[in-house]
Order: sequence, then C-alpha cells, then structure tokens
Amino acid sequence: MEITLSSADAAFQSDVRSFIEAALPGDIKSKVELGQHLEKDDYVRWHKILHTKGWAAPAWPVEYGGTDWTPLQRHLFEEELARASTPRLMPFGLSMVAPVIMAFGDAAQKQHFLPRILSCEDWWCQGYSEPGAGSDLASLTTKAVPDGTDYIVSGAKTWTTLAQYADMIFCLVRTSSEGKPQTGISFLLIDMHSPGITVRPIRTMDGGYEVNDVFFDEVRVPQANRVGEENKGWTYAKFLLGHERTGIAAIGRSKQELRQLKVIAAAEAAGDGSLAEDGAFAGKMADLEIDILALESLVLKIVADEAAGRTPGAEASILKIRGTEIQQRLSELALEAIGYYANPYIAEAQEAGWNEPPVGPEYAATVAPHYFNWRKASIYGGTNEIQKNIIAKMVLGL
Amino acid sequence: MEFTLSDEQVLFQESVESFTAKQYDADKRRALSESEDGFSRAHWAHFAELGWLGLGIEEAHGGLGGTALDMAVLMEGFGRALVLEPYLSSMVMGGGALELAASEKQKSALLPALGGGALLLAFAFAEPRARYDLAKVATIAEKCGGGYLLRGHKSVVLHAASADKIIVSARTAGGVGDKAGISLFLLERAAPGVNLQSYPTVDGGRAAEVVLDEAVVTEYDLLGQEGQAHAIIEAVIDRAIIAVCAEAIGIMQTLIEMTRAYLDNRKQFGIPIGKFQVLQHQLVDMYMAHELSKALTYRAAAAIASAESAARARAVSAAKVQIGKAGSLVGQQAIQLHGGMGMTDELPLGQYFKRLTMIETLFGNTDHHRRRFAALPET
Ligand SMILES: Cc1cc2nc3c(=O)[nH]c(=O)nc-3n(C[C@H](O)[C@H](O)[C@H](O)COP(=O)(O)OP(=O)(O)OC[C@H]3O[C@@H](n4cnc5c(N)ncnc54)[C@H](O)[C@@H]3O)c2cc1C
Repeated sequence: MEITLSSADAAFQSDVRSFIEAALPGDIKSKVELGQHLEKDDYVRWHKILHTKGWAAPAWPVEYGGTDWTPLQRHLFEEELARASTPRLMPFGLSMVAPVIMAFGDAAQKQHFLPRILSCEDWWCQGYSEPGAGSDLASLTTKAVPDGTDYIVSGAKTWTTLAQYADMIFCLVRTSSEGKPQTGISFLLIDMHSPGITVRPIRTMDGGYEVNDVFFDEVRVPQANRVGEENKGWTYAKFLLGHERTGIAAIGRSKQELRQLKVIAAAEAAGDGSLAEDGAFAGKMADLEIDILALESLVLKIVADEAAGRTPGAEASILKIRGTEIQQRLSELALEAIGYYANPYIAEAQEAGWNEPPVGPEYAATVAPHYFNWRKASIYGGTNEIQKNIIAKMVLGL
Repeated sequence: MEFTLSDEQVLFQESVESFTAKQYDADKRRALSESEDGFSRAHWAHFAELGWLGLGIEEAHGGLGGTALDMAVLMEGFGRALVLEPYLSSMVMGGGALELAASEKQKSALLPALGGGALLLAFAFAEPRARYDLAKVATIAEKCGGGYLLRGHKSVVLHAASADKIIVSARTAGGVGDKAGISLFLLERAAPGVNLQSYPTVDGGRAAEVVLDEAVVTEYDLLGQEGQAHAIIEAVIDRAIIAVCAEAIGIMQTLIEMTRAYLDNRKQFGIPIGKFQVLQHQLVDMYMAHELSKALTYRAAAAIASAESAARARAVSAAKVQIGKAGSLVGQQAIQLHGGMGMTDELPLGQYFKRLTMIETLFGNTDHHRRRFAALPET
C-alpha cells in the first residue's frame, strides 16, 4: 500500500533520495544502521550538510531559511531521511524553541538565535521538567528574580536530554507565585556556559548517557533573553504543543525499523526455515505493519488538513501515544527475534569502531539496550497517561 | 495438590531472606556484578554451609534430596534480591544433568564436591542456529581411540568461564535436528581445544561462547548412554524453566512492592499519584498477573517430580507462557508508573526489569512454549 504521488511529488521524492544517498557520510550511516551511539559531531555534521543544501528546517517560513514545500513534501522528506538511516535532527532548537521565538520573540532574539539554530552553531536543550514537576509541569519552582537588567535564576531541572552537548537551554521558570501556578511562569533562553550552571549525568538502565540534571545556582541571565512577556511563559509553551506535531508519530523511522526487523527475521533460523516464515512471528510483524499503516493514514490526513489551512488540535496526542507504542513494539519484536543473543552485553559494541569478532549476529549487539532505552518513549514529552487525559478532556469533553 | 509450604520450606525461605537482606543491597550487588566472576565465591561457600547447594542432590551423595518445589522456593527468594551466584547454571542445570544421566561412579566422584561448593558446572546445550530447538545440535563428537573429539560452537553458555567443568551436548550420530544421536559429555573447562569468549550479560551476569576445536574427552566423560541424551536435556531444561519461573515470581513481587511504594510517595498535582484511578488499575493488573503466575508456577513445580514426560512438558510450558506474558506486563508497567525515575540506572528497579526481560529469552520464549503446549495431548 504505497502513497500515490503526483508526478511533481514523485520527482521531489527522487531528488531528495539521491541527494541524501550522495551526501550522507558512510561512517554515520553505519552507526545508525547498527544502532550504535552517535557522537555530538555526527549530529552536527549531518545537520550542517542539510543546512548547506538549505534543507535543515523545511517547516520554517522561507524568510527564516525554511522551504516552500507542501506539508506532503515535508512528510516525504522526513520519510526519506529515515529510510536512508540518517541521524535524527535534534528537535530542541529546530522545532521546539525556534517556533516560539518566531511567534513571540523580539527582533533582536530572532536575528541572533534563529540563524544559529538553523546552522547548528548552537546546540539547544529543553529545561522544563524538575524533580518535583513532571506531569504536573506547572508546579515548577526554579525561580528567576529580577536584578537590574538581569534575572538571577536558581533551582534544578532534570531529565534534560543531551544537556552535556548544549550551548543554550530554554527554560520555564517561576517569576511569580501569585494566582494560579500557570500564570507565574516565564520563558527564558539561558546560555549553558553561564557561571553557576552545573550538569550532572544521569545513567539510564540501558547503560547510555543521554539525560542530565541541570543545576542553577544564582545564574545571571539578561532579561533581554526572556521570550515575550513576563508570566506568560505557559501560553508560549502550550503554543509549542500544538505546533508541527506530525513529526512525533515518527512514521518514517518506524517504517525503516520495520524493514530492519524483517531483515533480522529473515536471517534468524526457526524450525525448518527462517523466523520470517514462522506463522506466529509473521503474524505479529503483520499486526505491527498494519498499526503503522493506520497511523500513517492518520498522519496523511492531518497533513492534508494542514495543507488546506486547518490547524491540527489534540490529534498530536493520538500520534504521540500510537507512535511510541509502535516504536516500543518494534523494539520488543527485535528482542524476541534474536533469542538467546539478547543476553550478551558488550559495552564497546554499542560504539562504532569495535573490531573484536561480534558475539552472535552483528545486528544483535544493540537490540536489548535499544529495547530498554525505548521504554522512555511512553514517558517523555508528556507520559501516555497524560496524553490520554488530554484526549479525554479536549476531544471527548469528559 | 499441595499449595502451602512445608515447615522446612518456610525455614528455607526465611534463611534466604535473612541472607539477602544482609548481602544484597543494590550497591553490593552492583559491585559483585562488576567483579571478575560476576558473583562472590565467598557467598557460594556460604550457600554450601547453609545446605542450599545440597538441596537438589540425592541424600545418598551427601545432599538433602529436595524436590523441584524446594528449589522453586529458593529461586523465588533469589529473585527477590536478584542473587547473582550461578545456582541456575551450576546446580539446577549442571547438578540436574548429573542426577539424570551420570553413573553411580560419576555421581560419587562429583556430587559431594558440587554440593560442598568446591565444584562449579556449566551446561552448554544451545547453539547459534538452533533457536530454542534442543535437537538442533550441530556440534560433533567423533569417536577417536578410547574417547571422542569434539568440534562445534555452543552459544550463550551461562557462567561458563567460572565453571570447572562444562557439560556439553554433541552429536554422536544422526543429523542436525534428529532427537536420536545426541550425547552429553563432561568437559574440563581448561582443557586444550576448549575456547571461551566470555562476556557480561545485560542483566549483570556472565556467559560465554564456547568453541570446541578438537577438544578431547575420554569414554569415562560420557554422561548416560551414547546417543540418548535428548530426553535428559529436555528434562534438565524443564527444571531450569521452573527455576527461572520461580525467580521471576520473586522479581515480580519486588517490582510490585517498589511500584506500590512509589505510588504512595510520589506526589503530582498535589496528591500521591496512587490516587489516580488509572494507575490503581494498572497496579491491580500487575498484582493479578503475579498471583496467577505464582499459583501456576508452584503447581508446575509440584507436577514435574511425579508426572511422566508429556504431562510434565505441558505443565512446564504453561508456566513459561504465563510467566512470559506476566513478566512483560509487570516489568513494563513498573517502569511506566515510575515515570522518568523508571529509566534511571540509579534505582534498582531497572536491574529487576532487565533480569525479568532476559528470563523470557531463556529456554524458549512465550511463542515457543505456547506451540509446545498446543502440540501436547491433554492428560
Ligand atoms: C529519556 C527522557 C528524556 C527526557 N527529556 C526531557 C527534556 O529534554 N527536557 C525536559 O524538560 N524533560 C524531559 N524529560 C522528562 C519528561 O517530560 C517527564 O519524565 C515526564 O513529563 C513525566 O514526569 P515524571 O518523570 O516526573 O513522572 P511523574 O509525573 O511523576 O509520573 C509518574 C507516573 O504517574 C503518572 N501520572 C502522573 N500524573 C497523572 C495523572 N494526572 N493521571 C494519570 N497518571 C498520571 C504518569 O503517567 C507516570 O506513569 C525526559 C524524560 C525521559 C525519560
């Protein structure tokens, strides 16, 4: 069941495909295919290649360096990126803080930050969650107190993804304790190199290092780095939630992982044939493929709505729930496929350049850590329970 | 069917708990897991003193002559604390193979040392292309003089590197996939031609690829009758399944307790998250899955000592399927209900989750045992 494309879109797709094929460095491609850890430089190199081509931020308005592609073309582009095993473009700058700056930032902020996000000169991270404020984000307590033309920021953020690489962090901070908790929050852009900021690594159970505590000890931040009005930060953060969310379904990535799963299943022996021919396993792969098709259909519908000028609403929550369930299921079936070879854990084999003979098939080395790591998907970005609360309330009116 | 534990079993349970309470907090376990062997030989000696190692060994050879149920009680306690010592590989599988296949002479030579903690065994039955089929043995044992030459690759052999001897399945007749023609041999781990590639496992244990390159054994190292080992291996693996199911019961209970406590302590929106009904229901699902799994596992453990092989296989496969389904539910939900905290390596939670996940991959996964169960006649 392929999408039927107009000849213009088909030509677009093939242009994108051949560009990526030629431009993606082989060492990066191989790491992504084998599920090995990517270094900061891998992400940055690939981002810069796309930037040079003018494709780093297709969803941005042309005036800021985006493209005039249709929503469908943007979707096709995403799919080609995934299909070719490219590293994910980090969303924190490109699709999280940039739209907020475009909509609510002042001229100086736009001029300074947007080009640096586009070119990947600055690496951004997201400072929302705190030890005491996860699902209940509005209860956050990191505070910013005015001092001359600055704020003095104190408190702690947690689970901050890849803060160890970051030059900038966008934070929700408390500027008032009057009224409802939501009404005393401001949106600040903070230089990660400021005195008073400490980053503490948090190891995840898969052995990886991608999240951190970020501590603020009387950090001086110019008030010029506040986006929009004081105490209006919650509105800006919510604006972000409704913005360009089809990406979170990660359809392209899931389709690519399904292709890889099929390769694994065909290589694994079972009974007199391969695991791909095993009725029970083939049935489970088919179920998953159908789940992906259904989600893709919904994404395409939203894409068409967007093209017709309708802004998506709480569908984002459906995409997040289903998209992450699919990602987790993919990781589960891969684990199931490799049987006993799920057990070995060779830390070095999670990195590129390990030259010892592999234990079991080469594709097996990262499968169990990947499964453990992807339990995060139903937790980050608002847990799936919270997403269901949103649908219940906003869509079903319960 | 007896569902309550005997006085002796309760004593065992208490002695395991008091040992693990002292020796197995998260930091100690982590340090042990990162040590050379991946477990403590001092603990092992202590297990011997406590009689745990002799539990499954016949009284005639210095053991306590315990049942599969007794061993399940022990394994459940080990699961509660994620004990790292190689009880499964050395005692349940190694000791089980000796009990079922060895001659009296071999038993007298080996069992006292095994029960006394001086001898460690590993059981090498799986192969890279076999998946969970115990008859897919491609390793060859070729007759040669008064003994055999072994050639082949055994995969993911648990605790092979710390074992003194490895019990290996190899083919003396027939082709890959034939049940007939498989034999068991007792191999010195340090013998020439026995090559180990040892590695840590994701759950903090140890295993190795064992490559046999013309390893020599004598006719005295043959365990049981030549070519007749398939049924023995199947019986040993069935015992191992009961053992890991019992371990999983202990793990699930701990995960449920941890999650229960977290729902009480963690506050969001001004109240403990345990007040949210959707989370209550998830915890209830976990609780129910555990109760059902425990009942079925103990029933299967009681069945395997007495029943003939088809009934035993049905009971064991039923337990493994139940544990497989319950394990993924309990493990995944325990992480989910902890939110971000569930993902860290800083809580012991993740270690329990990982071990529980790996139990599903051992000795046949849910699909494998569902198929085995379906193919067996009701008894
Ligand atoms: C890998 C990873 C990366 C992350 N990256 C970032 C980042 O870069 N920046 C950032 O700011 N944050 C990040 N987060 C944090 C993430 O957004 C939070 O973990 C998430 O919002 C949940 O908060 P919590 O961890 O405090 O869990 P809690 O809110 O304590 O939730 C615990 C459990 O209670 C449930 N629950 C809570 N409230 C309700 C309710 N009202 N109804 C029903 N169930 C409820 C939750 O669903 C969950 O199951 C990341 C998290 C992870 C795991």
